[in-house]
Amino acid sequence: MTLRVNDLKVYYQTLRGDVHALDGVTFDLADGEIMGLAGESGCGKTTLGKSLIRLDSRMRHVGGTIELDGKDVPIADDNAMVPLRYHEISLIPQYAMSALNPTRKIGRMVDELLRARGVRPADVADELRRRLELVGLDPDVLNRFPIELSGGMKQRVVMVISTLLDPSLLIADEVTSALDVSTQRAVAESMVEFRDRGYVKSMIFVTHDISLVYQMADTIMVMYAGHVVEKAPAGTVINEPRHPYTQMLIGALPEVGTTTVQGRLEGIPGTPPGLLDPPTGCRFKDRCPMAFSKCSEQPPLVEIEPGHWAACWKTG
Amino acid sequence: MWRYIGRKLFVYLLTFIVAVTINWMIPRFMPGDPVRSMLSRAQVSDPEALERMTNYYNDVFGLDTPLHQQYLSFWSGLFRGDLGISTMLYPEPVLDIILRSVPYTLGLLLPAIILSWIVGNRFGAFAARSKVLDNTVLPVGYVLTATPYMWLALLLAWSLGIIAGIFPVAGGYSFSLRPEFSWLFISDLLAHWFLPFLSLFIVALGGWAIGMRNMIIYELEADYANYLQALGAPRKLIRRYAFRNAMLPQITGLAVQLGTLIAGALLTEIVFNYPGLGTLILSSLNSRDFFLLQGIFLFVVVGVLVANFIIDIVYVLIDPRTRVQMTGGSS
Ligand SMILES: Nc1ncnc2c1ncn2[C@@H]1O[C@H](COP(=O)(O)OP(=O)(O)OP(=O)(O)O)[C@@H](O)[C@H]1O
Ligand code: SF4
Ligand SMILES: [Mg+2]
Repeated sequence: MTLRVNDLKVYYQTLRGDVHALDGVTFDLADGEIMGLAGESGCGKTTLGKSLIRLDSRMRHVGGTIELDGKDVPIADDNAMVPLRYHEISLIPQYAMSALNPTRKIGRMVDELLRARGVRPADVADELRRRLELVGLDPDVLNRFPIELSGGMKQRVVMVISTLLDPSLLIADEVTSALDVSTQRAVAESMVEFRDRGYVKSMIFVTHDISLVYQMADTIMVMYAGHVVEKAPAGTVINEPRHPYTQMLIGALPEVGTTTVQGRLEGIPGTPPGLLDPPTGCRFKDRCPMAFSKCSEQPPLVEIEPGHWAACWKTG
Repeated sequence: MWRYIGRKLFVYLLTFIVAVTINWMIPRFMPGDPVRSMLSRAQVSDPEALERMTNYYNDVFGLDTPLHQQYLSFWSGLFRGDLGISTMLYPEPVLDIILRSVPYTLGLLLPAIILSWIVGNRFGAFAARSKVLDNTVLPVGYVLTATPYMWLALLLAWSLGIIAGIFPVAGGYSFSLRPEFSWLFISDLLAHWFLPFLSLFIVALGGWAIGMRNMIIYELEADYANYLQALGAPRKLIRRYAFRNAMLPQITGLAVQLGTLIAGALLTEIVFNYPGLGTLILSSLNSRDFFLLQGIFLFVVVGVLVANFIIDIVYVLIDPRTRVQMTGGSS
């Protein structure tokens, strides 16, 4: 097991109270696994990604544990996290387009970052160039300013920078969302290639694009309102989802599993509950066509068949 | 790069020509007889001198030659450094009077603006990183920027000048001294310089500090700062980036300040009776000395244009974004 997250609770502190963005998230991620993470906007995908590497000042770790390669990840202790960051856990942020300092040449920024992390830039210089070429970039981009690169180029530069130290875990947050279809495919393929070459051991790939994640991911985890509702191998989630929310999500796609159609998450009537004061019981019950009396209690996430987890009273 | 500078230079040149032209037009197209209105203000009792002056100005205004010729001779005079002769201080050439005042104004304003900029930026950057400083620097900064300049200047003159008696409150140097390169004169000059300088420095300081603090906080929240933090980069590196990026708008601010230099001088020099361009403007206005006014405005225009041009070039050197824009955008 590379990553083991157990009952993770992370809240945002706001003036109006705590936003329960992650309210007991449990899952495992195996060595070499690429896990697609899907769910409606606001369900907590980015929050989960951030909770594995760095909590921002408004986030509070309320409970739960994270374990990476058998060692505890002390997410609540910002200083203790520093050695893990970049070396063990790395991130391609949702805002990769603006993740580079606009007033530094990219190469210089990378050097400064590496030196600050105790790595001699010369030691990885060749590798850096090789990987830039691998994702289809001229190593000359290092002599340019971020503004001189297109969005897709910046995205790939950030991807190479983030994985340069061969982390165990990479969190890729919507790396393809802002790209055109063919670039999306290329970036997704590079990500798989990075895993195959061992640049990253395992990966959490956050996306709205189910059909893309179906093609590249080994497993898919679906979140709803701060909870995990289902996790299973990609084919299972797409072809035989068990949780009502996943079923509606997949059913809302125009043509599931085809390569031609771009699947976007939309079209389920109603809206997710607010996370400021979340309802008790199953969080999907207001929109669930199968809801029954028992649903006012929270369904546990159980393994309904090997490698297939779901949190619903009807599937248990 | 050179094309960009060339283009800028062209724009500035055009601005200069337009400014000079307007400058030339104003006294000539004003209702009334400029020569008479000028001379009526000049206190000349000797009728012979008055006669000489009248002839001179009629000649310079060349009211009997065609307009375009007047215009051309104005330009050629300009290139020879001939800005005419003052009525207020007849028969001194305008250029001499201006050149005598310029060092006072520049000596006062440049250090005040630049030092307040440097110190303010440092303070602001410090404030952005420490809560204690933030809670002290910020309110003080707000009070300083909200203080009317006049009030502050009078307060300084009153407390340090009149009550404590440390600094003289008026003039550029003591009347008992003659300008010379001696320790006595220079220290006297500095003593007279200090209060007007201090008042300008203090008033500008708060604004710079607040601006810098806000910019740094904004930069520290920027995406690139978050990304670096997620990758475990130390705060030192992130702060360095933030500081540098926050400087860019501050440099623009400095350019704007330098551009309004003369306006800033006016009030200070009047309060402290300091013999710079500001007081000169006031007295030339009072005595309707058009040539002097014209000359001063030309100086101001040239000064503002040069300052802006320098800032343009500095900006190109430090901000890659402008550099990219002028080479034709991204690929
Ligand atoms: N800084 C914050 N302060 C308060 N609430 C926040 C903050 N950031 C996020 N949230 C809330 O936390 C919840 C989860 O947000 P998150 O960004 O993780 O969603 P997401 O699944 O990544 O959505 P998207 O697909 O739109 O990126 C949302 O309900 C959001 O309103
Ligand atoms: S637990 Fe109940 S409400 Fe929730 S998904 Fe299952 S059936 Fe629907
Ligand atoms: Mg997100």
